[in-house]
Amino acid sequence: MRGFLPFLGHRLFRAVIALWLVSTVVFVVMRLSGDPVPLLLPPDAPRSEIFRVRAELGLDRPLLVQYGVFLANLARGDFGRSIHFREPAFSVVRGYLAATLELGLTAFVLAALVAVPIGLFSAMRRNTLVDHAAMGVALVGQSAPTFFLGILFILLLSLKADLFPTSGRGDWRHLVLPALTLGAFTMASIARLTRSAVLEVLGADYIRTARAKGVSELWVVAKHTLKNAAIPIVTITGLQFGTLLGGAVVTETVFSWPGIGRLAIQSIYNRDYPVVQCTVFLAALLFIVINFFIDLVYGLLDPRIRAG
Amino acid sequence: MASSIPASVPAEAALPAAATEARGRRRRVPWLVVGGIGFVGLLIVVALAAPLIAPQDPTRQALRGRLGAPTLNGVDGRAHLLGTDHLGRDVLSRVIYGSQVSLLVGFSAVVVGGVLGSAAGILAGFNRGRMDAIIMTVADAQLAFPFILLAIGIIAVLGPSFPTLVVVIGLSGWVSYARILRSQVLVVRSREFVESIHALGGSLARIVLRHVLPNVLSSIVVIATLELARAIVLEATLSFLGLGVQPPTPSWGGMVHEGREYLDTAWWISTFPGLVLMITSIVVSRTGDWLRDVLDPTLRGE
Repeated sequence: MRGFLPFLGHRLFRAVIALWLVSTVVFVVMRLSGDPVPLLLPPDAPRSEIFRVRAELGLDRPLLVQYGVFLANLARGDFGRSIHFREPAFSVVRGYLAATLELGLTAFVLAALVAVPIGLFSAMRRNTLVDHAAMGVALVGQSAPTFFLGILFILLLSLKADLFPTSGRGDWRHLVLPALTLGAFTMASIARLTRSAVLEVLGADYIRTARAKGVSELWVVAKHTLKNAAIPIVTITGLQFGTLLGGAVVTETVFSWPGIGRLAIQSIYNRDYPVVQCTVFLAALLFIVINFFIDLVYGLLDPRIRAG
Repeated sequence: MASSIPASVPAEAALPAAATEARGRRRRVPWLVVGGIGFVGLLIVVALAAPLIAPQDPTRQALRGRLGAPTLNGVDGRAHLLGTDHLGRDVLSRVIYGSQVSLLVGFSAVVVGGVLGSAAGILAGFNRGRMDAIIMTVADAQLAFPFILLAIGIIAVLGPSFPTLVVVIGLSGWVSYARILRSQVLVVRSREFVESIHALGGSLARIVLRHVLPNVLSSIVVIATLELARAIVLEATLSFLGLGVQPPTPSWGGMVHEGREYLDTAWWISTFPGLVLMITSIVVSRTGDWLRDVLDPTLRGE
């Protein structure tokens, strides 16, 4: 395991820097937005009241002090109070987190379960009609705008075919369309990647050796091909998970899915900045933590990475 | 290295189809790309000539002719080939005018991202050390985050306007340019002739213009094409969320948003602008993919 700890340390350092940069941008943007105090008070509040609240929130102190307090609060998980919900922003966001995780994980698992077999099948039947059709669909899935894909699914599968509900969260049928929409890009990317990774491995010497030894084709694919094609697939898959988080904002809005993405958009309309800030920060944290673990898996799968 | 050369020969011999395919691809431009370039050309013409082409004023409301299905003879006696929306506006005219927003924001954002990214890359490449470390750390941090969340936050606070939109979308794509220019600067810097130019008093601008840019031009073209597709989709997404171009200016994303509530009764309001957007995105990104394969296969790994 030589070299693994420095590799870990380096990645951890980068993760912390990324998190710090995101929170700093959040701070700057929040301050650019101007004084939140008038939003907290009735329009006819006396000036003394405005000054009192401003002092209470620490807005009368120098910017650098505010920045320090902001960072210290973040470290403690204190994101301020929601203006709209009148409770701590963190507990508001936490209430919506489960729905987003449910949707994200479903989309992700669905994408991987569908895409890897398709990519494998495409590679083995390369240049047949099936291969071309599958890759054509994957190309569309990769470049189609998420929000429009969702609208199309609602129109065709929900309103016309009446197979699934149009919106909301409930039993598994509510999950199908949002998960398909959110997972489409990931599914398409994994399918294309699996195909090319498998094709690359299929041309390698050890596959020819295995075949020459009389190993059955199924075993060649299962043992030699998939195992070696796994490294690029896992990497891209991991990166995709972050893209999923961004896509959740759009997908949740299209399907009225009660997750943090939709909460963020609604909080923007409500000018509820503590909640927006908390969502952005938590999403960043989630993303960075996931990427960190993907890096770990990657480092374990392929020892060569650690050197780099 | 030596072992990989003989290994690749039998592999290619074993797959003659693959070799022919590769050669064929190099010689022939695929129909999708021909169509793609044609489509973008057409789109530009449509956007520029919108007032001449559009059958009607895209903002003219006709409340008696609301939610009209595609028809040659509407309530008002005019043809509405793609139907009318919830305010009775002609969808075809709005789709035509919507191309102006998409292309204007798309191209401007690509220029902003390209200029900022290139400048950052050149700066990082020539000033090794702290400046380089800062720029590349910021780049890494940006890549390590779903940018749309940040974009939404920034636009929410600053308010949606054309400049904000262009800058935010542009900023979302500067990293690829910065990386490619930085690595090219690092390559060029170490050459002796560059040191001599420097010693002879040749300016930095001269080195960049004569020796760095020509080497990365094809990569930049590839990145810019792929970025254009991304910028157009991002603008439409933000407009769909209500954070992009504001009504009544027609934009494809905004139109999909407006038609959403009428999906059951008037599917055409959302579907047509969405389809045009989808085709544009597919066609432009496919063209970018093809350009990459032809001009600069090394970008593949990105």
